[in-house]
Amino acid sequence: MELTTRTRNLVTLAAVILVLLLPGAAVAGDTIRIGVAGAHSGDLASYGLPTVNAARLVVNEVNARGGINGKKIELLIEDDMCKPELATNTATKLVSQGVDVVIGHICSGATKAALPIYKEAGVILISPSATSPELTQSGQYPNFFRTIASDDRQAKPEVEYVLNVLAAKKVAVIHDKGDYGKGLAEIARKLIQDSGKGEVVLFEGVTPGAVDYSAIVQKIKQSQADAVIFGGYHPEASKIVSMMRKKRMNTAFVSDDGVKDNTFIKVAGKDAERVYVTGPRDNSQNPLAQAANAAHKKSYSADPGAFYESSYSAALALVNGIEKAGSTDMALLSKALQTEKVDTPVGTIHFDENGDAVGVGFAMYQVREGKFVEVK
Amino acid sequence: MDYFIELFCSGLTRGAIYALIALGYTMVYGIIGLINFAHGEIYMIGAFTAFIVATVLSIYGFPLAAIVVVTGISAAIWSSAYGYTVEKIAYKPLRNAPRLTPLISAIGMSILLQNYVLLAQTSDFLPFPELIPEFAFMEPVAHIIGSSDLVILVTTAISMLLLTLFIKFTRLGKAMRATAQDKTMALLVGINVDRVISATFIVGSLLAAIGGLLIASHIGQINFAIGFIAGIKAFTAAVLGGIGSIPGAVLGSLILGLTESFATGYVSSDYEDVFAFSLLVLILIFKPSGLLGRANIGKV
Repeated sequence: MELTTRTRNLVTLAAVILVLLLPGAAVAGDTIRIGVAGAHSGDLASYGLPTVNAARLVVNEVNARGGINGKKIELLIEDDMCKPELATNTATKLVSQGVDVVIGHICSGATKAALPIYKEAGVILISPSATSPELTQSGQYPNFFRTIASDDRQAKPEVEYVLNVLAAKKVAVIHDKGDYGKGLAEIARKLIQDSGKGEVVLFEGVTPGAVDYSAIVQKIKQSQADAVIFGGYHPEASKIVSMMRKKRMNTAFVSDDGVKDNTFIKVAGKDAERVYVTGPRDNSQNPLAQAANAAHKKSYSADPGAFYESSYSAALALVNGIEKAGSTDMALLSKALQTEKVDTPVGTIHFDENGDAVGVGFAMYQVREGKFVEVK
Repeated sequence: MDYFIELFCSGLTRGAIYALIALGYTMVYGIIGLINFAHGEIYMIGAFTAFIVATVLSIYGFPLAAIVVVTGISAAIWSSAYGYTVEKIAYKPLRNAPRLTPLISAIGMSILLQNYVLLAQTSDFLPFPELIPEFAFMEPVAHIIGSSDLVILVTTAISMLLLTLFIKFTRLGKAMRATAQDKTMALLVGINVDRVISATFIVGSLLAAIGGLLIASHIGQINFAIGFIAGIKAFTAAVLGGIGSIPGAVLGSLILGLTESFATGYVSSDYEDVFAFSLLVLILIFKPSGLLGRANIGKV
């Protein structure tokens, strides 16, 4: 094909521009790019948005005092709606934007889907909220860390509370079929069976978003369970617990930190009363947590939401790790995260070889007069 | 036996919920042969309108009965306005386009409306006020069937009856049937087809709004995404019963609800959807036009 001079000039010009542009995209600039990925819209946005606020506050503070080792931090915020199929897109987008480390993702399923992409790119993640045991214990994701305890550490207080304090003999275990809820439910079932103190009379998954849960509630009633353990998130939990109370069932309802959110109390209203949920330990006495909460109130004139403290801690741990390692290189930063202790709102923490935080745990809460109150 | 009755009642409630939405679906399809995928979103908008109006009214301390009436009327008007507008914007310009075009346009409308409510309102779940009181006479059977279940069942039955009478005996109903049979011929005998189709959308949206009000009050929470799953299930029910047929939509919904309920009760709720959709496949294999549908060639 014969090219006219004009076309050829244009092509050359385009090629030159491309060549000039490419290195700019590939070479990381003078900033450290921290990605923040999680649910920022959709049903579960209330779990993801507090992390964005926490990251912004920490980053503003670090940048104000001159950045990490002289480099300013830049935040790249991406939404995954807690959907695994979107999380892979989110991860790819962040990696292509040259992200150095990531705070997130929020939900276990989405995190699991995104991890291989980050691993490939040598990017370290710290999640404030993904609690599936597999993420750390499978050993497949050396780039994964978290500032929240794993579900097996969450299922344990749930089961112990149900068997010992509530003295339930028959337990119904219900879950939402998701990675997080089902994983938690399976651990709870195993713990109950191994304890020998009670039996699991029902183990079933419900379809999230269904219009009506009365059939499963009738089934729980039929199983004569003394207590229900639910693994999943608050939209289904509030529907199931409201339906139980409507059917005049007073069976104890015990759930997890996916339910420990003020939206649950707001939506379930009076039916939320006396519901038990586990959640990260109460840190209200920790001066760092007080300072972090005060900073949030000052900047956003609202109380922080779910996982705020663990996100704040994740950001602090990352900043500290990068400072000590002097790099965002995966091997160097992993080592720093594992060895350097850091003071955070959730306590003085470091990470074990699997990536789980040492020094955090779960406590049991009950809803009393519209508030989560820690029970012993 | 008690357990069977309990599951039966659960299934009926669920079926009636589907039916309230399916009626609008099937009616629009019956008249203009369009699967209006935005119908679930009209239902969601009805629920949101009801939420806003009911919340405002209860702040001013109106009595419950007044709240229910005013909320119902405003949700119906608002949803109808949306239904009417959606038809004018997304379907009317495509009236003579190939059948798939308005279908795609409907899906687009559905996504648009969802995201519009997400942005204009919130992504959080909102607590919907309990508009249906707990009736004292229902107390002895409250553990089996609640007051809101009863209200939904009765409303569905009345809606089905009124809709059938409306289409059979009113002038507008006759015009609708004529339009359904042959649009060109209807034009030739002096029927204003555009007006008839607009009226169809208004009636369908009105039903969706009533559904939104009752169902949201029954479930106790709403968010921008509730229309999608409810819409898909109601659509399934309408197809099961024979899309285009009004008694068929109710029958299909009840069968779908009962199947799901018994599957949960006697097998496992893990397989609830498997049973529901296997049933759909089976019925469509043996009766492709649905249970009460007339065989109709050439419609999507």
